[in-house]
Amino acid sequence: MNAPNQSGWKPAMVASEGAYNGPATTTGNRALMLEEPLLFEIGRVDVTGVDLPPVDAAAPSRLGNLARSEAIGLVGLTEPETVRHYTRLSRQNYGIDLGFFPLGSCTMKHNPRLNEKVARLPGFADIHPLQPVSTVQGALEVMNELAHWLITLTGMHGVAMSPKAGAHGELCGMLCIRAALEARGDAREVVLVPESAHGTNPATAAFANYRVENIPATPEGRVDLAALKARLGPDVAAVMITNPNTCGLFEADLREISDAVHAAGGYVYCDGANFNAIVGKVRPGDLGVDAMHINLHKTFSTPHGGGGPGSGPVVLSEALAPFGPMPFTARTADGVVHLVEEESAEEFGHTQAFGRMTAFHGQMGMFTRALTYILSHGADGLKQVAEDAVLNANYILRSMEDILHAPFADSGPCMHEALFGDKDFGGDLSTLDVAKGLIDEGYHPMTVYFPLVVHGAMLVEPTETESKAAIDQFITAFRAVVERALAGDEALKQAPYFAPRRRLDETAAARKPKLAYEG
Amino acid sequence: MRYLPLTNTDRTAMLAKIGAATVDDLFVDVPEIARLDGPIRGLPMHAGEMAVERHMKKLAAKNMVAGEVPFFLGAGAYRHHVPASVDTIIQRGEFLTAYTPYQPEIAQGTLQMLFEFQTQVARLYGCAVANASLYDGSTACWEAVAMATRITRRSRAVLSGALHPHYAGVVKTMAKFTGDTIADALPAITPEPDLDSLIARIDDETACVVVQYPDILGRISDLSAVAAAAHAKGALLVVVNTEPVALGACKSPGEMGADIVVGEGQSLGVGLQFGGPYLGLFAVRDPKHVRQMPGRLCGETTDAEGKRGFVLTLSTREQHIRREKATSNICTNSGLCALAFSVHMTLLGERGLRELAAENHRLACIAADRLAQVAGVRLLNNAFFNEFTLILDGKPAREIVRDLADRGVLGGVSLGRLYPGVAGLEQALLIAVTETTTEEDIERLARELATSVAPSFQETV
Repeated sequence: MNAPNQSGWKPAMVASEGAYNGPATTTGNRALMLEEPLLFEIGRVDVTGVDLPPVDAAAPSRLGNLARSEAIGLVGLTEPETVRHYTRLSRQNYGIDLGFFPLGSCTMKHNPRLNEKVARLPGFADIHPLQPVSTVQGALEVMNELAHWLITLTGMHGVAMSPKAGAHGELCGMLCIRAALEARGDAREVVLVPESAHGTNPATAAFANYRVENIPATPEGRVDLAALKARLGPDVAAVMITNPNTCGLFEADLREISDAVHAAGGYVYCDGANFNAIVGKVRPGDLGVDAMHINLHKTFSTPHGGGGPGSGPVVLSEALAPFGPMPFTARTADGVVHLVEEESAEEFGHTQAFGRMTAFHGQMGMFTRALTYILSHGADGLKQVAEDAVLNANYILRSMEDILHAPFADSGPCMHEALFGDKDFGGDLSTLDVAKGLIDEGYHPMTVYFPLVVHGAMLVEPTETESKAAIDQFITAFRAVVERALAGDEALKQAPYFAPRRRLDETAAARKPKLAYEG
Repeated sequence: MRYLPLTNTDRTAMLAKIGAATVDDLFVDVPEIARLDGPIRGLPMHAGEMAVERHMKKLAAKNMVAGEVPFFLGAGAYRHHVPASVDTIIQRGEFLTAYTPYQPEIAQGTLQMLFEFQTQVARLYGCAVANASLYDGSTACWEAVAMATRITRRSRAVLSGALHPHYAGVVKTMAKFTGDTIADALPAITPEPDLDSLIARIDDETACVVVQYPDILGRISDLSAVAAAAHAKGALLVVVNTEPVALGACKSPGEMGADIVVGEGQSLGVGLQFGGPYLGLFAVRDPKHVRQMPGRLCGETTDAEGKRGFVLTLSTREQHIRREKATSNICTNSGLCALAFSVHMTLLGERGLRELAAENHRLACIAADRLAQVAGVRLLNNAFFNEFTLILDGKPAREIVRDLADRGVLGGVSLGRLYPGVAGLEQALLIAVTETTTEEDIERLARELATSVAPSFQETV
């Protein structure tokens, strides 16, 4: 029954863990930890949890010859069974609501419940995107108001609201840059990306048909300004830079970088994934940024939802704003908010838009939440957000650096995340083992093996919504696990012991993909 | 501030540990020029729950709520009843506040749900494999075109004229940058889609032909001939579906030979939400195409004790591994919307989805017949599922829709709104009918249309 395992480890509970394994149960359950079969193993074809009139085979049909003759292959559950199925599944998940979730570059902060309540108001949740604009003035006002605050917070000129997620926003920004260059008849081919960049940066640049060239980092963990300047030239369309960067450091030279890029005729794209460190403290527009996406699901607390939906509005400089995609909102002197689309582009002086990135107008459900968040925090609250997020990260950095390799600890304070490496781990223990050990301690691990510039990277982002007590407890647990790794405690290689599943065989999953239930 | 747990005592103690005098010392790397001297100007100070809620409620109250008036809009977003349990389940913190399941040992809830979701979508579409979702139907449509160009190594896509214009707009926008050629067209206002002329546009350079089913005018037709014609030229058939409920009553795209099936999943579980967040569905009929798919995939495996478990898999396609060589730059999916869809689909099951589809079709037939009786109104479609096109005499449909809204009826989507300024389309009105539509709503729309379309022929009731 033991599946082949990447590490070649033969599974067994080990005495050194001091865990009482207990007898096997008949059900496979362990008290509150309940196993749950697949929907397709418990659902039935003729069962439904929704009361609808039975199908009348004799009813008139206008389906032509398209009526379905084959079974779909779905199964149903009644409401009580459905609720139990998903409740049991939910209990096999770790979430922010359950505990500390220091996943670097993901900003796993508390998701305020007022946001959820507001997003569900029928006036926002139950309106159609193509209703006459006179019947959705409140919704357009939300978009317009949020757009205004995003511009205010970033010191930029305009904002494209429609991108559906961070990577979609990156694409939007890069397409603005391409459109701006094409408008001036300047065919540039290269985008410079620091080697520490998030993977979406090069993928986006490649999609926008640019050749990606890497820019090295300095030993201090920042973009190598000299190397970057040396590479600038008439073929460089843009530099994509993350600030604060993925090493958790502020790119102190960004203003100088921007000036150099602009002087060479290029544009500066800033990945705003880490905006939480500087929101309300620093305006990227003051640093010469031309485009930056804002992950509303990070800085502005819209829920991550197990992997989306996100939302990635892109703030734009004066140079790029004319090229932003349709649609967008504009308020006229009479107080009416307009949805500016192709037909009204001329009236609103926006004839150079590069096109449309999505059906309809963007992630409205995220706009209501983000606006609620911004109004709740205000100027003082947002500044405090950045300060507490940075304080918490530095506190963790200085509480760990004596036992855990912190490659940039001498580069000065970190921003909102602290970066560590796996140097000096004993035996063949690795970052992955520390991560899995933290799972047993009741934590979601930090981001591991990213950024790529640090060996065995561990990127810890506490966010501002943790108490000192919670952080102190994490530090205690983190230190304990790291000490085991330094001591070469082989038991760590088999962690986690107490999660709903032991280590999963990802190699087998990829070698012979089973991507749907068969049977 | 209710969301910030640190006290000033905590902050002082932590700064002491760090060795910094003030928190500003932690921002030393920010150049002087970019440092703000106080809270950002122009934004108000923090506010309590009541004040914020009051403000937001005021904005919400300015909108005409679909559920409070006779409502007939569709065109890619449909109003269906979402069972109460869907929202309570997606609000469980373990789902709501989880992240992408990168640590599978503590994300089995999300992963198993995604595996079930993929199975539901694949079966609904008549396909072998579905991914764990994309942003929405329109971006999924572009991803399908991009995938077809990768598979065929060709760069021309033929779009049906009856593809949702926003979807066509996204494809054309993206293609401008990738250098692909997009052959698009305007919809022909005919009772049946003109598949022959679509087939005639497929050539030896064509990577894929993209057809919507049911199409933007609500028409449905057998696409087997398009599939055969595409395959004969070495091209793929991409079928776009914006109303998954239709597939509870109609043949699946896979059954008709579609190679890639994409769509919008919003109808089930998600709600209208003014257009987002929605749910992009993406599936392939032939498993050999799996490695060219964009987006996340969840696969089954075992854990070290031999227990069944689930992981994200085939990630070598994705940006965090492949960087500039990835199949797509997509990083996230639409996880919580996928959960809502899957829960709703689980509640429906085979039986419920078929009943739901039948009820939609029954009411749509009643509406089509009733509205076609209105003087100056003609039904275009021969066949339809729950959405059809009316051709109105007199004023452009867009003006009629505004008139109706002024009288408290949300009476469909005019083609003039979707294709502004295009001659020949301004008299067409799309009407969508779902299980939430009542016969009273239909009667009200018929009367209001009678008043708006041909006031001189006003019906006597």
